[in-house]
Amino acid sequence: MSKHTVAFDLATPGLDATGQPMRVPLGVAADVEPTLAGEHMLINIGPQHPATHGVLRLVVELDGETVVRVIPHIGYLHSGFEKLGEYRHYNQIIPLSDRTDYLAPMSNNVGVALAAEKLMGITITPRCTVLRVIACEMSRIISHLVWLGTTSIDLGAFTPFLWAFQQRERIYNLQEMWTGARLTTSLTRVGGLMADIPSAFVEGLRDFTATFPSALGEIDRVLTRNAVWAGRTQGVGALGGAEAINHSLSGPMLRASGVPWDVRKDHPYLDYETYDFDVPVGEHGDVYDRYLVRLEECTQSNRILVQALDRLPDGPINVDDPRVILPSKTSAMNDMEAMIYHFKQVMEGVKAPVGEAYVGIENPKGELGNYFVSDGTAKPVRWRIRPPAFINLSVLPRLATGHLLSDLIAINASIDIVMGEVDR
Amino acid sequence: MNPSVDALRATFGPAIGRAVVARDGVSVVSVRPEPLVAVLAWLRDTVGERYDYLVDVTAVEYRDGERPLELVYFLRSLARRTDLRVKVDLELRGPLAVDSVVSLWAGANWLEREVFDMFGVTFRGHPDLRRILMWDTYAEGYPLRKDFPLRGRFSRAEQVRQALAANPEAHYSMEELSIAEAYDELPPDVKARLDQGERGTVADAP
Repeated sequence: MSKHTVAFDLATPGLDATGQPMRVPLGVAADVEPTLAGEHMLINIGPQHPATHGVLRLVVELDGETVVRVIPHIGYLHSGFEKLGEYRHYNQIIPLSDRTDYLAPMSNNVGVALAAEKLMGITITPRCTVLRVIACEMSRIISHLVWLGTTSIDLGAFTPFLWAFQQRERIYNLQEMWTGARLTTSLTRVGGLMADIPSAFVEGLRDFTATFPSALGEIDRVLTRNAVWAGRTQGVGALGGAEAINHSLSGPMLRASGVPWDVRKDHPYLDYETYDFDVPVGEHGDVYDRYLVRLEECTQSNRILVQALDRLPDGPINVDDPRVILPSKTSAMNDMEAMIYHFKQVMEGVKAPVGEAYVGIENPKGELGNYFVSDGTAKPVRWRIRPPAFINLSVLPRLATGHLLSDLIAINASIDIVMGEVDR
Repeated sequence: MNPSVDALRATFGPAIGRAVVARDGVSVVSVRPEPLVAVLAWLRDTVGERYDYLVDVTAVEYRDGERPLELVYFLRSLARRTDLRVKVDLELRGPLAVDSVVSLWAGANWLEREVFDMFGVTFRGHPDLRRILMWDTYAEGYPLRKDFPLRGRFSRAEQVRQALAANPEAHYSMEELSIAEAYDELPPDVKARLDQGERGTVADAP
């Protein structure tokens, strides 16, 4: 071990004849600086650190300011959701999914419900389909706005954070109006939804879709051509398309690297093929392209929201099947048959046939997969979440090695992780 | 049924087991564990197959203790927009080990680590097979196995005792402590505890 002691009293050289503090002449300090070349440094970032976006811990080996190695440590937020799911009915799993990607809870709910319905062979109603599209796209916008705000803070721009969170708040108010909760939405049920939208919801969402593009345009104006922003993000953490595929990346991370894969277009669910929207694709796969892709996705989600509101049909939100959907409280109290169904569903749950089903949906972070394996009982044998943030995070050491420590923060931000989902 | 299943049978013969179409319309094909990497490499690289994207790797253990543990590889051909699931049966009583596919897909690295962490399946040839969600010194077993109780194997009191007895310096692996000779900087008593191999175990109750 080489201990470096600096035998030089630099701090207070004293006063000169005129009573002014003496300055060390330029060029002298360099001679007495200990040589640190060749000695690597161990830096621990997190698990409690604002720039790690949650309880992520990075052990970093530095050569000067250059990252030699990154060793991520995860699991601080591990809650065992997949294990818990094996002990719960399908509908009881939906509240667990709120807590995975807690920045987009409604689309997680949709993912679980779609997988359970695929397993059981249930076709949902047209109104429910459109409402779920609205839920997914609202989630995409709020998730991307959190990403945009926190990333801009990481890179030293505070104002876009406030603008983004202002807009996010408007969606949260709508979400609260619909589900009664801002985070633990538990919106869906197998075969339908927990509740229909309230009367003022459509008006509120129309107001949002009308004004959101201009608010997004302001963020675009302040960042996209900003020299500091471009300097901090362009060419940083670049990844080519082939390598992105090899690392199983998904979502904006994959598309920024030039691979035009979007589950909504390529494996459509919820009738996404009938909506008119574009899939933005990056060119260089760097932090800047990921920013551009996510920014444009907000615009496209807004377009989808407008179309969904235009086509929102009337009708029931739940399938007409008393084995799957709880009867109304009134009929359960007055009608013997409805009461029996109510009792059986609460006590026994909805039984799924033997088999397995995987449904991947395009979540804000990437492809969120829900994989159910059933042995014919009301509780799954296995509930697997394919966590997009977990798989995207695994590429961090590859991206950050060789960059500066400050770029590591930018690269980590650009992956858009949410630890609830990484650790599950 | 996905035509890739027939192509697999024609190429690998008896190594390919049963094949079914799952309830989501995706074909699921069983493969013997030994030629797994060769089969997946063939699926990835053969013209006309091109399953170039590994969606997920996971395992399924059934409540019926007689059924083998299944490893599931979710493959996708991005160009052809086709999915295929490859399953490998591992007898629960036998060695739970299979060759790693990290050499084919870098994305399998953390996914295999998670299967190792949660199910105890060893992936031969994995470059960095450590626990990932649970901590390195976690001694209760493999949480997603069916014989693992929902509340864990140890009592709450034992879990608290272990947490309090844990060596805080054990949050760094020896490999990490080798960076910048950080090990040398540790106080003598912490060094002594590490040298006694305290990393993997926890001190006995007083």
